[in-house]
Amino acid sequence: MGCVESMNYEILMRHGSFKECREYIRQHFKEYIDVQPGFKIFDVHLIGIPPITIGLENDFIIFPYTKPCHGTFLLRVEDTVEAARLRAAKK
Amino acid sequence: MSDKPPTSLGSALLVLGCPQVPVQTSIALYLINRLKKSGFVPVVAGNKAANTLLVIADPERHYIGEIMDLDRAVAMITEQKRDFDRCFVFIHNDAGISYAGTMGAISKAKLFTLVYGEHYEDLVKQIDFPCTIIAAKAIHNPLPLKKAIDEVTPWAV
Repeated sequence: MGCVESMNYEILMRHGSFKECREYIRQHFKEYIDVQPGFKIFDVHLIGIPPITIGLENDFIIFPYTKPCHGTFLLRVEDTVEAARLRAAKK
Repeated sequence: MSDKPPTSLGSALLVLGCPQVPVQTSIALYLINRLKKSGFVPVVAGNKAANTLLVIADPERHYIGEIMDLDRAVAMITEQKRDFDRCFVFIHNDAGISYAGTMGAISKAKLFTLVYGEHYEDLVKQIDFPCTIIAAKAIHNPLPLKKAIDEVTPWAV
């Protein structure tokens, strides 16, 4: 998952549980979509218990990023093209 | 009597978690051996540390066969380039639950979750997707988890 790790991301939550990340997105972002595990965002197939919630805020994407040794991180990344793709997928 | 396994019953994916809890490597080798003897072709998917622990423990590859990066395995299954008949996910933390939920959603394999570690009971409560749960409080001593696995015999036809 090299691409995400080299991105200019902000960590909104670290070492949280997957469930906590999902609840955080639903509580803090008006716009979100639910996807299935394996859904590809950037170069990452998302890991998690379905449904996986992805938040959208203008051009920012908020999504859970799970690593085996460190648990789930909630990342916030700015990407105009990917945000537009997710909004299109939502419709 | 021949040591050769019977005709292949299919493939079994072992999804390793963080190798922080010592029993994982031991139980993985044990399970690989039992699966092979029953006729399954085991494939291991883990992160670099988990995979390296196995490779160093079995330098002549008596037990382990194919071994791959965990993210690559998820990608291949999601993209329907490959799938397995059985899937065993090692769980000792929340990330393990997430990987098991993912495998349950993307793979057609019969799913087994191996839950261990200090907080295994709390982790079991979080599993709300279809799978066979094999759980024991095993941290340094693999025997409680081995016993739980033997009772389920997940290598049986």
